[in-house]
Amino acid sequence: MSGIGSRAGIFAITVLLAATSGSACAEKKYDPGASDTEIKIGNIVPYSGPASAYGTIGKTEEAYFRKINAEGGINGRKITFISYDDGYNPQKAVEQARRLVESDQVLLVFNPLGTPSNVATQKYFNSKQVPQLLVASGATRWNNPKDFPWTMGWQPSYQSEARSYAKFLMAEQPSAKIGVLYQNDDFGKDYLKGLKDELGSKVSMIVAEESYETSEPTIDNHVYKLKASGADVLINISTPKFAAQTIKKVAELGWKPLHIMTSVSASVGGVIKPAGYENSQGILSAAYLKDGADPQWDDDPGMKKFLAFLEKYYPEGNRIDGTIIYGYSAAQTMVKVLQMCGDDLTRANVMKQAASLKDFVPDTLLPGIKINTSATKFVAIDQLQMMRFKGEKWELFGDIISGQLSH
Amino acid sequence: MSAVEDVVTEAPAVEAVPKRAMTLGLGTSLVVLAALVIAPIFVKNFIIFQMTMLLIYGLAVLALNILTGGSGQFSLGQSAFYAVGAYTSAILMEHANMNYALTLPIAGIVCFAFGYLFGKPALRLSGVYLALATFALATAMPQLLKLGFFEHWTGGVQGLVVTKPDAPFGLKMSQDMWLYYFTLVISIGIYIASINLLRSRSGRAFMAIRDNEIAASAMGVNVALYKTLAFGVSAGITGVAGGLGAIAVQFVAPDGYTILLAISLFLGMVVGGVGWLPGSLVGSAFIIFVPNIAEGISKGLSGAVFGVLLFLVIFLVPHGARQVAMVAQQLLGKMIKK
Repeated sequence: MSGIGSRAGIFAITVLLAATSGSACAEKKYDPGASDTEIKIGNIVPYSGPASAYGTIGKTEEAYFRKINAEGGINGRKITFISYDDGYNPQKAVEQARRLVESDQVLLVFNPLGTPSNVATQKYFNSKQVPQLLVASGATRWNNPKDFPWTMGWQPSYQSEARSYAKFLMAEQPSAKIGVLYQNDDFGKDYLKGLKDELGSKVSMIVAEESYETSEPTIDNHVYKLKASGADVLINISTPKFAAQTIKKVAELGWKPLHIMTSVSASVGGVIKPAGYENSQGILSAAYLKDGADPQWDDDPGMKKFLAFLEKYYPEGNRIDGTIIYGYSAAQTMVKVLQMCGDDLTRANVMKQAASLKDFVPDTLLPGIKINTSATKFVAIDQLQMMRFKGEKWELFGDIISGQLSH
Repeated sequence: MSAVEDVVTEAPAVEAVPKRAMTLGLGTSLVVLAALVIAPIFVKNFIIFQMTMLLIYGLAVLALNILTGGSGQFSLGQSAFYAVGAYTSAILMEHANMNYALTLPIAGIVCFAFGYLFGKPALRLSGVYLALATFALATAMPQLLKLGFFEHWTGGVQGLVVTKPDAPFGLKMSQDMWLYYFTLVISIGIYIASINLLRSRSGRAFMAIRDNEIAASAMGVNVALYKTLAFGVSAGITGVAGGLGAIAVQFVAPDGYTILLAISLFLGMVVGGVGWLPGSLVGSAFIIFVPNIAEGISKGLSGAVFGVLLFLVIFLVPHGARQVAMVAQQLLGKMIKK
């Protein structure tokens, strides 16, 4: 059949359909991985290796898609969720990404985890024009629709979080002397860059910088040095184990700086409790997710839905585990995007819909924080809420802060 | 000399492998070669990519095999040489715009020098102590690559993205297939060179050192020279493998070259059969595919399943693929005689 012939045929069918149904009927369009009955979603998460604690994110998402399927799927289509382990090794991630795209033929890859693994696969996904959607990493590079139109981030970037701390300090304590403790890797350096970018001409407020390696057994002497520098604000950019050590050491030294800690380590169960509640009073941090350990959310409708899901579909999951709260909201965002796609399940339309989220609020996000994306903003969440530790829980204060650069 | 030292130094590091038993017969080699040449025509690009990685890790295992099986020295630091090779290729390609094929010999030479220099102080160590010294090298490497001083070149923790080469001369071939054949040619070249090396005067010197260092030096073998040379050659080949790996994966980052890689290569060598060069390919297949199989059996317990599989292999065939091949050969011989 010639091209014109086939077009005429489709036209005839369309006219026929329109005539019979009496309304304009949207044409069903599919790319690999989608059909009338199924949507195939790929995922890469470290179930093994040094970062295997993040494996629960993949398990939560799998459970959430199971729930969606049990409730009838998305526009009648069941989700097939294929999740592979990369052990947090970028080379393995490349292999798994190719397996998903070329062998399993997924429609898109959702919430792949880790900065190095996603940097390694970003070029591949973009050259194959496969959505690398809602990336689970706080690096800034996912929000670059011009060069990487097939990649989109999900969580606030480390830089935008750091910028919100800098904004807070410049407004509240313009004469502060800041001491920074940071982990010597992409995570630590991204925060430091965000901080310095926002401080701009006031970068001299930083009087001391100390970096540590994750292989160091303790970070005591870094804390000594920061205290000795005369800093009265401590910005603590460390992962949970080191964050707890720092809180303890600061208290031991009798040092009383304004202590700001990153959201990465803001877990009450994982950091504050081991470090001691009495040592943690007054610490500042920021968040965008509700804390499952915090009783203030017990009557929250969103949290109730989350707990009902946990009980029915993922009973072995622990509600105070932040990664489960994270995976739940990320999966909800994915489902929302697929619902918006309707019957046009092409990769291009998936990206288009993902970039048209308007005021979407997953159940486990803090009140006031909304997901908004556009053709020029390829990161789902970029708002944060400041909070202060008091008694045995975090108290939210102030307005929602945007992570955008203010100058 | 204390009793403990006696035990450590006198225990044979590696079981002696006769020279002839180091290779495959010509007929078998040709069959394997034919399979490697023809297979890519029938499979998907993803499988071709996996086969390329198979050859690349095969080369790295082969390099370790020359060091351990040939000269009897242990190394848990091969990931460091692999990383240096990968970064050399990546940096030359991305910062100096050099042709990918030209970067490989440079990666090999840089790694040869690095391995040779490392072999110098390591000369004083043997057995488990040498293994520990190389272990230190492997743990240090990812952090060295992250150092701010090199960051302009290495991309720091973010790593470097490498451009994948197209097939030259207007060949109608996918990038993956071209890279596979390119890797295959290099692998065959290195394989033949390695066999010839082990059959040469130097190879005999390596093996003499492996079997008995004192006897070898009494017979006039320059022990220091040949030990460091073995390190250099091994590191050089690993470097070429690393460079190929960087081109195939299109990315280098410190997290890809941790101690786990070194242990994988070591494991590949043991599974393939220490001192049996063709086993390198089998060992490489083991470290690439068995983790995937383990993951398929159980996601949460993939590590445990892998451990059980590895245990079974070591328990049932302690000499690895070499043992399997020998048994198969004997059975085949009996059948033909009947």
